[in-house]
Amino acid sequence: MMHKERTARRAARKRIDSIFQALFLLAIVIAVLVLVILLVDIFSEGARWIRPDFFTNYASRFYNQAGILAPLVGSFYVIILTAVIALPVAVATAVYLEFYAGNTWLNRVLQVNIANLAGVPSIVYGLFGLAFFVRFLALDRSIISAALTMALLILPVVIVNTQEAIKAVPPSLAHAAYALGASKWQVVSTVVLPAAVGGILTGTILAVSRALGETAPLITVGAWVFIASLPVSPMDSFTVLPVQIWYWSGQPQQGFREIAAAAIIVLLVLLLSMNGIAVFLRNKYQKRAEW
Amino acid sequence: MSVTTTPTPPATPTVQPNSRRARQVVRERIIAGLLLASGLVSIVTTVGIVVSLFSETALFFGEVSFWEFLSDSKWTPAFDPAHYGIGPLLAGTLQIAVGSALVAVPLGLASAIYLSEYAPDKVRRVIKPILEVLAGIPTVVYGFFALTFVTPLLKKLIPDLDVFNALSAFLTVGIMITPMISSMSEDAMLSVSRSLREAAYALGATRFEVATRVVLPAAFSGVVASVILAISRAIGETMIVALAAGSTPKLTLNPLESIQTMTGYIAQMSQGDLEHGTPGYRAIFAVGMTLFVITLLMNLAARWLTRRYQEGEE
Repeated sequence: MMHKERTARRAARKRIDSIFQALFLLAIVIAVLVLVILLVDIFSEGARWIRPDFFTNYASRFYNQAGILAPLVGSFYVIILTAVIALPVAVATAVYLEFYAGNTWLNRVLQVNIANLAGVPSIVYGLFGLAFFVRFLALDRSIISAALTMALLILPVVIVNTQEAIKAVPPSLAHAAYALGASKWQVVSTVVLPAAVGGILTGTILAVSRALGETAPLITVGAWVFIASLPVSPMDSFTVLPVQIWYWSGQPQQGFREIAAAAIIVLLVLLLSMNGIAVFLRNKYQKRAEW
Repeated sequence: MSVTTTPTPPATPTVQPNSRRARQVVRERIIAGLLLASGLVSIVTTVGIVVSLFSETALFFGEVSFWEFLSDSKWTPAFDPAHYGIGPLLAGTLQIAVGSALVAVPLGLASAIYLSEYAPDKVRRVIKPILEVLAGIPTVVYGFFALTFVTPLLKKLIPDLDVFNALSAFLTVGIMITPMISSMSEDAMLSVSRSLREAAYALGATRFEVATRVVLPAAFSGVVASVILAISRAIGETMIVALAAGSTPKLTLNPLESIQTMTGYIAQMSQGDLEHGTPGYRAIFAVGMTLFVITLLMNLAARWLTRRYQEGEE
């Protein structure tokens, strides 16, 4: 009698286990399904607009004549400048934290500060960009204002990624260089950084790809939605792909939504290729770096 | 210009300027200084954010009383008479935060439990990158999806839904933050020591019992931290709510109506050429300051909890 009861309870517990296994799996299936629906929705709306005109036309009041030339070039300029500004500062900060700061209060303050900056909403960076770069430094609603704002936005991520890349370099390499009489900076610049370059590049590309998709701070900094010329200097006014997508998505006509979807396809392909490059670099340097 | 040029002082005898060693010491010091200067950029950024938000906010409160900001039930800076009550924007933000959490906490936790306690390695290797893709999709793309797919779909189920509504926005924000909860909670669960799990299995526990009675309690603070961070992200999210939730600040908790969040207001107002020095310009900074303080407090709480579970591990 007792034995029977126990086997029954055991069976019930097993049943609960399988039911919940199915439920947990269902959550993942839902998430994946949403991703699939999202992609199918975007491709079915936008794919037919992906044609040569779309890449060579400027924005237009008529959706069938509108193109993404200006935002595409604008995005390109903004993220290149963003990377150029953020990378040196981030690498220098990471090197300082890992090699120079030691276990001091300054190091702790910097670390806490970087962690907190990473959690600040992106639109707050936009407000700062508006108040400081656009108004106070009078850089106006320009490419350079956008790039500086974006550089500050991705800085915490690039710093943390660079620190990880530096930590992944075996300390024995640095010790060997020290033993040969190298100074700290010689160790960092000739041994550690070259060994960490793969990780640093990968982390930077991933962070910059986040900047490529950012919209809100650039709206605040003052991206335009109708630009009919290509920028020639960093002081020129600008627009970027996500801002154009946002503007077109908000238009009531179906046609504009379709070209918004087409622009999203272009954006997603760009993001995917940047991630592909990052993975490629990681693999390439990982292979080389077999200590 | 100058009549007499002072002769260059003789080199100090103790340090020979030409010796390589001395030059190296100087160079090392300069480099250390430059590195420190770079490190200070992030501090300056924080100070800059606080100062720029605070100075405009202070000017804002020179014209609008703090009491009105807290107690007025209307937010209409563009109308005459203008009202500056943060309440409607807070209500909108609250709806998005709570609604998205209702979607993301069950989905994210279930995914995390499945990945850390049930999934075979092969399945994990497929699912993790898919969730990363979901996390990497730009928010403006989610916004497009909410407006052009989720809203029309909901409209078929709920005919009196507004074209812009909180429901569609928070469902989509919920999907967006799900990967965050799932990956951070999974990390917290994976850091629970194996011996605890094995002890429970040895006593005859099922995987569900191990997950809910051993792993979840042990990883609790990490899991809560992931939820707080995800909600803080939902509060700071701009593009989905700007596109799908509407632009009518309203003191309501009805998800079927058009609303506006703090972020949505900032995005809407800053898109035109907002006159510098006007109450409208200052208002976006006052709203930004409120947003900054709320998210900062949440992030600090999450980090405090994370530290606790990392210490508990040892």
